Amino acid sequence: MKISYYPGCTLKYKAKNLETAALASLDALGIEVEEMDRWNCCGAVFSLANDDLIHMVGPVRNLLRAKEQGAEAIVTLCSMCYNTLARANLLMKNDPVKRDTINRFMDDEIDYFGEVEVYHFLNLIKNEIGWEAVQEKVKTPLTDLKVASYYGCTLQRPEEVGIEPIGKFSLMNELFSTLGAEIVTFDGADKCCGSYQVMCEEIGDNNAAAKVLSAASTNGAEALVTSCPLCEFNLGKQQDALLDKGRITETLPTLYFTQLLAISLGIASEELGLELNDAQVAQLLESKKLLVAA
Amino acid sequence: MTLPLNPQRVSVDSISKIKELSGENIKACMQCGTCTVACPMAEEMDFFPRKVMHFSQFGMLSRMEDINSYWKCASCHSCSVRCPRGIDIAKVMESLRLLVLRTNKNYIEPSQIPKEKLKEYPGIMMVAGFRKLTS
Repeated sequence: MKISYYPGCTLKYKAKNLETAALASLDALGIEVEEMDRWNCCGAVFSLANDDLIHMVGPVRNLLRAKEQGAEAIVTLCSMCYNTLARANLLMKNDPVKRDTINRFMDDEIDYFGEVEVYHFLNLIKNEIGWEAVQEKVKTPLTDLKVASYYGCTLQRPEEVGIEPIGKFSLMNELFSTLGAEIVTFDGADKCCGSYQVMCEEIGDNNAAAKVLSAASTNGAEALVTSCPLCEFNLGKQQDALLDKGRITETLPTLYFTQLLAISLGIASEELGLELNDAQVAQLLESKKLLVAA
Repeated sequence: MTLPLNPQRVSVDSISKIKELSGENIKACMQCGTCTVACPMAEEMDFFPRKVMHFSQFGMLSRMEDINSYWKCASCHSCSVRCPRGIDIAKVMESLRLLVLRTNKNYIEPSQIPKEKLKEYPGIMMVAGFRKLTS
């Protein structure tokens, strides 16, 4: 099965570490994915208005491009890209009237009927590789690291595109258990991090992020793990400001799930892109002796 | 809270407009408040989601003109997946935003955002924010 990799805009710049760690991990696991040719913006947010079809054009164009290039599935790393593409795909599968309008609007492109499957990277690892195969490749187990999995909104909602049923966090938890980490559960794994609302607020006023961080810290997490660059920005990069304003009382290193995967597969620390994370992430990993040099 | 209703405050037209844009039957809301409990942004809203649904049911658009509730909604769907009446409340919030945005009004002005903040923001945040908050 040909699987195209759809990176999305932020993974080429601010969240390059989400991508580089993932690609290095796939390489170590012996899985080949090819970045799709001529991808464009996923739209970032899915349009909820009945009459707004123009904003479907972006995600649908990516899907039909994958079909055109002979891919049966596309895989994403970013939760928001996953959500937008998966929902646009469902619309093209299930709504003949809207599908027809969109196909006719894009008359310079091939018609699309929802043929391409949209996977999140977590699904891909479980289904195409499996936890046992991953475990065999673990070189640096994450022993003694207490990890809290954070899904945010877009990996589980709405239900029809969720990577697993609402309230279950087994994909990430099983992955981290496989890598040898200790799992910390907390009430907040699927709560919103404040999303783009930060653009309307003063720095450090994001209460939604503060609640997520506090809930995970209280339950003893040493690291919070996400798959979304927006969540990483709100949860990982705003902690000093949240501390200053008294919204949180302790910091919590926040990183991408692909970085933890890469670490345990023995990928050199230079390929983890840790310079793009808050400095406390590298400090934590160093203190746990999890980093290996090239 | 008592909702004083009179022809000046009620826009019957807006009820059908919200229904048309959202595709949701807002009349089905029974005011149980589950949405408010589920909403991670509720405490920052001028009016909780339950009340916004109530205003919407009665077509009280003018009452909602200057409130921040539907702008604070980040479409996380926490309310939608829990609503016992099966209403996709996030879609109702989106339609309220669009009723304003489609009159060429912005909730945030991109040109007013300081350059140093723009440099920090991840691309995905700006695309999402500008899509939801500007016309």
